[in-house]
Amino acid sequence: MARKTIRTIPQERAFMPVQEPAARARNFDEVTLGFGLDEALLECERCLICPQQPCVAGCPVGIDIPGFITRIIDKDTRGAWDLLTDANLLPAICGRVCPQEDQCEGVCPVSDPLEPVAIGRLERWLGDRAIAEGWSKQNHIEPNRFRVGIIGSGPAGMACAADLAKAGCAVTVYEALHQPGGVLRYGIPDFRLPNAVVDAEIGTLVKLGIEIKCNTLVGRLFTIEQMIGEMGYHAVFIGTGAGSPRFMDIPGENLNGVLSANELLTRCNLMQAGSFPEYDTPMPVGRRVAVIGSGNTAMDAMRVALRLGAETVTCVYRRTEAESPARLEELHHAREEGIEFEWLTAPLEILDDGSGGVRAMRCIRMELGEADDSGRRRPLPIEGSEFEFETDMVIYAIGTSANPILGQTSQIRLDRRGYIETDETLATSLAGVYAGGDIVTGSATVILAMGAGRKAASSIKRYLRIRDSETVYQPKPANLEGTLFGIDLAERNFVRVQLA
Amino acid sequence: MADRDDRRERDAPVRDQVSGAEHDGIAASGFPILARTDFSEVTFLLEIHHPAMARAARPGQFVIFITHDRGERIPLTLADFDPAKGTVTVVVQAVGKTTRAMQRDCRQGSTIFGMVGPMGVPSRIGEASKVVCVGGGLGVAPIYPQARGFKQAGAYVIGVVGFRSRDLIFWEDKFRAVCDEFVICTDDGSAGIKGRVTDGVEAAIAKHSDIDEVIAIGPPIMMKACAETTRPHGIKTTVSLNPIMVDGTGMCGGCRVRVGGRIRFACVDGPDFDGHEVDFDDLMTRLRRFKQEEQAALERWTESCRRIDLEPAHPGGAGGA
Repeated sequence: MARKTIRTIPQERAFMPVQEPAARARNFDEVTLGFGLDEALLECERCLICPQQPCVAGCPVGIDIPGFITRIIDKDTRGAWDLLTDANLLPAICGRVCPQEDQCEGVCPVSDPLEPVAIGRLERWLGDRAIAEGWSKQNHIEPNRFRVGIIGSGPAGMACAADLAKAGCAVTVYEALHQPGGVLRYGIPDFRLPNAVVDAEIGTLVKLGIEIKCNTLVGRLFTIEQMIGEMGYHAVFIGTGAGSPRFMDIPGENLNGVLSANELLTRCNLMQAGSFPEYDTPMPVGRRVAVIGSGNTAMDAMRVALRLGAETVTCVYRRTEAESPARLEELHHAREEGIEFEWLTAPLEILDDGSGGVRAMRCIRMELGEADDSGRRRPLPIEGSEFEFETDMVIYAIGTSANPILGQTSQIRLDRRGYIETDETLATSLAGVYAGGDIVTGSATVILAMGAGRKAASSIKRYLRIRDSETVYQPKPANLEGTLFGIDLAERNFVRVQLA
Repeated sequence: MADRDDRRERDAPVRDQVSGAEHDGIAASGFPILARTDFSEVTFLLEIHHPAMARAARPGQFVIFITHDRGERIPLTLADFDPAKGTVTVVVQAVGKTTRAMQRDCRQGSTIFGMVGPMGVPSRIGEASKVVCVGGGLGVAPIYPQARGFKQAGAYVIGVVGFRSRDLIFWEDKFRAVCDEFVICTDDGSAGIKGRVTDGVEAAIAKHSDIDEVIAIGPPIMMKACAETTRPHGIKTTVSLNPIMVDGTGMCGGCRVRVGGRIRFACVDGPDFDGHEVDFDDLMTRLRRFKQEEQAALERWTESCRRIDLEPAHPGGAGGA
């Protein structure tokens, strides 16, 4: 086959269907509907399979992207999924929520002058295929004698748990909430990441032998020191996330009708408040909702508020769209659904409606001055530009700070902001205890947390002096002739029993 | 062979793994109720098997319950814990939909769907040598571990608890066993002194000039009244706040309270705070946050119970036309 060039590949990205904005803004069904087989094959044709492979280096978990694309082209979908999941066991999740434009797709050579290969959509397609087909890896793991405890079942903890389980460790993951998944469960709304996908991919991890203990608040039920001591864990990984929502300390902040995006999202995603009263947790939404902040959490909060029935939802942000930390795709989707934006606007005070609720928000216009530490231009108030913004619900999405529980209950060393201090191997001040993800770096992304989890897992393996013992049996191409009852042995629907 | 058993466990479906009953003495889901005692038409006690929590719990801490997979998460302050028996105890007042459903469904031998804790910073016990422990309404039971804790630490403990009337009194013996003085206040005077718990606190302050600390647990209005009673005397007063919570781990900020002009999260910074610093009006306003929804849920639930009661009984469940 002649080598593909930028001129010979399909110039346009394969079509991915999306729910119409008007319809989707009133339901919690998924917004983007994913590729079918034809679209996936077409999109794979756009990959140049270039020798430099910048996408692999651009991926925080180092997925062999050209490798899995080649296998899809060869119609070996199962093989593609096997290769993909060597590096990332949560492809249906990451394909949906990774900021690919800053990672693999951002460095794809096709992106100049065309749109980059839609790697995220391909990853998602493979992940969804695996869930639909019920694929699982036939891992043979030789158990070693080590026990590892993981605190938090979010992306960092799960990635770490997966690598250690593959290495043969007995891994227990402790989760404080009543369902596993961390931010994937409570934070990311169903219309971006359905709970069923989270369930399915966590199921993949459980098949590796990982044990998940919900309803367990480490620090209070037992401490990290107890895990390493009397509970006999040889190593511990902390992946608790950042999670404590920030407020601004302006007047009126404690009024009913003022809440954090975390609360709104937890009520809706984890507790299913959108289905109140069938579910017991309520989340009444205002008529005119204002969301402060313009990151991805703000976008999620705004779109959830809209789906709960708000008439108008407005984003209030003190800088401009150019400085907005949200993904372009999220901004785009939010705008399509009718979210309004008040750029260069900062709240000064939230005004009482006389019965403990919100009547309006007093705001001030801003202008951009010199660049600050973050490299973004600093917003400065314009004197005399105060105005009242009519709203009955104010949602804060201005970031999070470190959760205090582990600091309160252990001797582990924290940095001055309260995050856990680690060295470059992600080792903490306690021997055998590693940490990664938001609780170390502050708020970041799902995939960066997973990258940190994998890095910590490799440090833990080095600390315990263990090598991967995993053998993955690649299933043979389905050849049902000659097998018993036409069942492919590789799928192993039977449990081997030992007769006395 | 041990390895083979391991493997079989690993092949179990997700749900079994997540709710695996016991491991290292840590249950993850499905917590058995060992005993239930009804104190009145609305108040009942549940003693639940959870050895790890029974070991870890300290006075002042709370647990979060979720009673079924569509349920809400509700915080309840621990009323007792017994490491030897491996149990924790809560006393519940059936006032809303979830607690009424608990009153109906939580029986000895049944299980609690989800329960996490102990949560919150334990109460500081130790320095004070003479304390008054005040409990009113839903705070009577949770003040007990505090009284016991202070007694064990060698303090002189004055217990003051309030009930509406004589027939609602519970745990009198338990309190008397850990209190050097014990005062019951009833609204109608049918037992103890007639009046509110603040009257009991006033009396204690009048009798003892050397009280180091007053610890008050109960409805916000009662804790506020206690704080106002002690304020002129300059006696340190600790209250245990009970705002609305979701996760209870510092993640949602729904439980934020104003203390000394600052925002604090009751779940991870509390639940104990300096009663003289707490903005109780703010707390009471925030407790009304979901009043409409709570009312609607309760009415809907009561209605569905009424309909179930009216239906003729069909053995085997799903019957009817």
